[in-house]
Amino acid sequence: MLSSVRTLWYTFLHLFQPNVTVQYPDEMPYLAPRYRGRIVLTRDPDGEERCVSCNLCAVACPVDCISLQKTEHEGRWYPEFFRINFSRCIFCGFCEEACPTYAIQLTPDFEMSEYNRQNLVYEKEDLLISGTGKYPDYNFYRVSGLAIPGKDKGEAEHERPPIDVRALLP
Amino acid sequence: MTVFLIDGKEYTAKPDENLLQACLGAGLDLPYFCWHPALGSVGACRQCAVKQYANAEDTTGKLVMACMTPLAEGARFSLADPETAAFRASVIEWLMINHPHDCPVCEEGGECHLQDMTVMTGHAYRRYRFTKRTHRNQNLGPFIKHEMNRCIACYRCTRFYRDYAGGRDLDVFAAHDHVYFGRHADGTLESEFSGNLVEVCPTGVFTDKPFSARYARKWDMRGAPSICTHCALGCNTTANERAGELRRIVNRYNGSVNGYFLCDRGRFGYGFVNAPDRIRTPLGRGADGKQAPISREDAVARFGALLRAGGRIVGIGSPRASLESNFALRSLVGAENFHPGVSAHEGVLLRLVTDILTSGAVHVPSLRDVEHADAVCVLGSDLPNAAPRAALALRQAVRGAGIVAAAAAEIPYWQDAGVRTYAGEVRSPLFIATPAATRLDDVAHTALRAAPNDIARLGFAVAACIDPGAPAVADLSADLTAQAQLIAQALLAADRPLIVSGVEAGEISVIEAAANIAIALRARGKTAALMLNLPECNSLGLALMAEGAGGLAAALGEPAALVIVLENDLFRRAGSAVLDTALAAAHLVVLDHSDGPTSQRAELVLPAASFAESGGTLVSSEGRAQRFYQPIFAENDVRAAWRWLGEAGRAAGNNACAGWSTEDDIVAALGSTLPHFVAAPRAAPLETFRITGKRISSEPHRFSGRTAMNADRNVREPKPPVSADSPFSATMEGYYGKMPPALLPFAWAPGWNSVQSVNKFQAEIGGALEGGDPGVRLLDAHKDATLAYYTEIPEPFAPRPGMWRAVMLPRVFGDEELSARAAPIRERMSPPAIALNEQDAAQIGAAGGQLLACELDGEPQHLALEIHPGLPRGVAGISGLAAKVHALPAWIAVTTSGLGAS
Amino acid sequence: MSVPHEILAGLLNIVLGLAFLLVVAALLTWVERRLLGFFQDRPGPNRVGPFGILQVAADGIKLLFKQDWIPPFADAGVFVLAPAIAMVTVMLAMAIIPATPAIGIIGNLNIGVLFFLAMSGLGVYSVVLAGWSSNNKFSLLGGMRAAAQMVSYEVFMGLALLGVVMLAGSFNLTDIVHGQRHMWYVVPQFLGCIIFFLGGIAETHRLPFDLPEGESELGAGFHTEYSGMKFGMFFVGEYIGIMLVSAMTTVLFLGGWYGPILPPFMWFGIKTGLLVCFFILLRAALPRPRYDQFMAFGWKLLLPLTLLNILVTGALMLGLPAST
Repeated sequence: MLSSVRTLWYTFLHLFQPNVTVQYPDEMPYLAPRYRGRIVLTRDPDGEERCVSCNLCAVACPVDCISLQKTEHEGRWYPEFFRINFSRCIFCGFCEEACPTYAIQLTPDFEMSEYNRQNLVYEKEDLLISGTGKYPDYNFYRVSGLAIPGKDKGEAEHERPPIDVRALLP
Repeated sequence: MTVFLIDGKEYTAKPDENLLQACLGAGLDLPYFCWHPALGSVGACRQCAVKQYANAEDTTGKLVMACMTPLAEGARFSLADPETAAFRASVIEWLMINHPHDCPVCEEGGECHLQDMTVMTGHAYRRYRFTKRTHRNQNLGPFIKHEMNRCIACYRCTRFYRDYAGGRDLDVFAAHDHVYFGRHADGTLESEFSGNLVEVCPTGVFTDKPFSARYARKWDMRGAPSICTHCALGCNTTANERAGELRRIVNRYNGSVNGYFLCDRGRFGYGFVNAPDRIRTPLGRGADGKQAPISREDAVARFGALLRAGGRIVGIGSPRASLESNFALRSLVGAENFHPGVSAHEGVLLRLVTDILTSGAVHVPSLRDVEHADAVCVLGSDLPNAAPRAALALRQAVRGAGIVAAAAAEIPYWQDAGVRTYAGEVRSPLFIATPAATRLDDVAHTALRAAPNDIARLGFAVAACIDPGAPAVADLSADLTAQAQLIAQALLAADRPLIVSGVEAGEISVIEAAANIAIALRARGKTAALMLNLPECNSLGLALMAEGAGGLAAALGEPAALVIVLENDLFRRAGSAVLDTALAAAHLVVLDHSDGPTSQRAELVLPAASFAESGGTLVSSEGRAQRFYQPIFAENDVRAAWRWLGEAGRAAGNNACAGWSTEDDIVAALGSTLPHFVAAPRAAPLETFRITGKRISSEPHRFSGRTAMNADRNVREPKPPVSADSPFSATMEGYYGKMPPALLPFAWAPGWNSVQSVNKFQAEIGGALEGGDPGVRLLDAHKDATLAYYTEIPEPFAPRPGMWRAVMLPRVFGDEELSARAAPIRERMSPPAIALNEQDAAQIGAAGGQLLACELDGEPQHLALEIHPGLPRGVAGISGLAAKVHALPAWIAVTTSGLGAS
Repeated sequence: MSVPHEILAGLLNIVLGLAFLLVVAALLTWVERRLLGFFQDRPGPNRVGPFGILQVAADGIKLLFKQDWIPPFADAGVFVLAPAIAMVTVMLAMAIIPATPAIGIIGNLNIGVLFFLAMSGLGVYSVVLAGWSSNNKFSLLGGMRAAAQMVSYEVFMGLALLGVVMLAGSFNLTDIVHGQRHMWYVVPQFLGCIIFFLGGIAETHRLPFDLPEGESELGAGFHTEYSGMKFGMFFVGEYIGIMLVSAMTTVLFLGGWYGPILPPFMWFGIKTGLLVCFFILLRAALPRPRYDQFMAFGWKLLLPLTLLNILVTGALMLGLPAST
């Protein structure tokens, strides 16, 4: 009973505290870099697409709003198409958590309303940006064992040169 | 059964199993790499370590490898022991030291045994900070992608490829942690079983190259139990679909049929389903004489009008169409107008084969029976090319004697390296008599090269040696007599003798000779298994349904008003001159999925479903009726042929098929109409089958992209398709768990994402599936059945001057019509060739590779010469010309043409 | 034909009074949301008109233009009747409130308290009928809860104000206010005041005692199926109910219009207004109790307390005759 009265008192005191509401759009709020807004696909420091079409974002997505198809060019994996249905997206950020290459990133932008729902279906050309996003240095193919143009076998980080199978030296 | 204890709990297993098998059979999760149920144990990877205790008082125990530990009554083990758990985790950590950071760009990701085992042991954090060893990859041809960095050196690939499948060109090179699994140089893997490396390799070293080009993760594909349509063995497959496209075929375990392995034709031959030139809309010939797309309603109306018009209606069935579609056509046109769409010669051979198989006097073996045969005689069949999976089974059968010898030395059968070393060259007898060399000759006791007539005579002689009551062969050469006696002795000495022949032998007499041997063995009190291979996936079903009706000759003998061709290219079955006259006056309606000369000629073409767009039942050469299901739900006019036929029948007022709304209805009608098919409805559960009131989900529960896949066309999600003919739901909603094995849409179990999860569905590891192996056998031997000896013994083969007896030499890639449309298979096909003995070649003055001219079926052919030293003189082997097989065997003249060497 | 002057004046009084009530009720929706906002450190509706006050008009327009929907499975007649009852009963009850001796419709009614109780008793029908006629399980459950809750708390409310009636010796509200010229009845009847106010919250099914609506478990309870202006009528009824309970508390316990310096109607207005704000504070601060807790609280705690209150009041009045 007393606690109810105390609650009433504390709630009453809030009458005299300043509002925390930000008067958007008159006043723009500060959105942290890790804010979970519009999803983009980034590029690696060499300017190549980071997405390797591993499908982990798609499988992590709780509303199944990501769909893509793998294709390959000179040893690199790419998405042939990469589609996010933002009319289903809940901006949970699981896709970014799941992404092993930092390709998919959520950005501090949420102003993407449309009058026509169909316009909320974003294709790869709508998603792909020209920068590296939040992770300027990471380059998946420098770590992976795949050979790509400009990086042969054994030239990735922490790799020894390829074995000569005809040598019997230890 | 042996009782043993794991962590204080009692389990039972068969006494001859090893501990790893027993643990997996008991449903326990024990990680492993190098062990494979079909390959046995070698104890190389040290991953399945457990503790073994001497007795109840022993609390220290010792580390043992489960795969190398035989079971003993009351033996005590521990899986949970912290020391073993740490040991297993450290083995994984060790294996992962050199494993590249590749999972996102690895085709194996998501169905990787190494991933599963890493999670199972709990190794989660990389402590090793030094460099990784790397390897260069090889180009291994159109089927297999090579990524050696990922190798964990379990040796499964070479053990399968060399020891199990008899391949020679994949091996292990270098030493210590440099070991390299590949070819001596870049090049296509030669073995027709190379595709199995994808499933055998526990990680992503060998991956499926065609699948990689249209890749989807395992969890993203709808699966449907399917049956391979590229030969008559009826191997069980899983067809995987995403976005309306057939993405890949993987093996589906069936303990009685294909076990863990498929041949490359079955695995990579699916491309015709996705082909851009597929027939996807009804085509009608317009007034301008050109075929043009027409609507479904128009097509049915035109078909109905043709049916109503009267006159003689001929229905031509197909050995590559399902029982359902064939039976629908048979019902529509009447049994007397229904003809199996096979060549005249093949029709005769099929009738002979069905007579023998349905007599009940011989045991028709399953492939598992073949693997356990202890003496085999192959007459006229080049199995590695005609029915590769059966050849693989024969290769295992040959090991039988070695396993028995090793068992006598107390080496259990699963001790793979031990058994192989101990057995050495000890093999069960395998006798092969064919015109040309086969890839099975390396394990044969004797590989005899002879013309078909001589092969038949040898067979008759063997029968006569076994049972003096069998017709004797006059004037047999001393060579063949000795051979016949040798074979007869071996077969008589065996417990499970097997005789193999097939339609590909090309001569009635060869098949009759094989039957005679089986009859003779039976007369001597043996249960002889007789395996008669057939050319196509439903050849036997069609032959049983046709009830002795002949091939195309009978169908086209009299003029017909309307010819309905079901999923068949008649130009592969008869000469074009014959067809041109027969079809000139008739209206031609073709129901097919793939374009061909027959459909191009048709007045009306209806898009029939392939095996991936409809369900159906096929009868394998074992007489096993098996059901396949539909993974693709297309939004177009493609539908099962029987649905087209039923609709057209209704439009024409012919209500023979009116009552059928599902495949179950047809199979039930078939079972009640034709006595051979009484058991067919039991091949798989009915459409009404439900578990806990639910359909079975055909998509994994992690299926992704449902709200985005079709969003480019319409952001509103379409209603998911409903399967009218099967107990599957077309989505992830529904039941998944223990289910009838005929319905397993994909193999998955918690913690087991790779194909190895099939362990969880087996009643006994490496044995039958829980609930019995899928399919129902239509032909079973019974004691009082009789079959009389065949008495028409052919004359000895005599070469004719200037002429050669042309026989078909089958080729694994290209001979089968549908798989030959798949791009990767096409890469493995070689141009048609003619094979001659070196003396014959010298006689006409031709060198290897030179183009030779001959005439087949009235058409001139220019074929490259291959020199086959073993080929009997006077015999010419034609290969790569499967479309002309209807004209063989024949006597042909061969000349050096003016085209010169190529 | 001439209408007597008194009747015209009376009609005018009634119409003006009712119009005033409706306007204030509508404004209360805005006041409540603004206040709730402030209690929760946010502005509340502030976009429409100065301070967002035109939100009231916007909402009114919206409600009027919404489809007048009667579910096909509902009992249409009763379904329409129920919100009308909700509004009519509270407005009738408001008629007996004497804001000042001069302002009020029939503030001098000799059975004022009884009339108030009778009207709030009738008010139960609106909720019960709404829940029943909606033909929806959530509505029905809400209606059942409302019936049990309101019938129960009416008992404590009636008993709680008996102390006041005893002290004043009258059911006439004007007389009761006159009786507080020297001392507000909240002092001798503190317990009665608290219980009466609690009962009032329960009668108006306001938070925290809004179990008939209980959106977390019942959707929206008895008015799940209502929309448009019929829904609006329930709300007008609820807000007038808040004013009614606040005004009754003022009249019965807080000395009505009595107060220094300011004119009487101001005092009445201030006291009632503060109580209305307290209603809103309760909503902002307190969680909803479980239904069984709530009923147990009434019957096991409030009922003995009110009876004790009457007993002690009576005993003291008999024992201290000098005080009267």
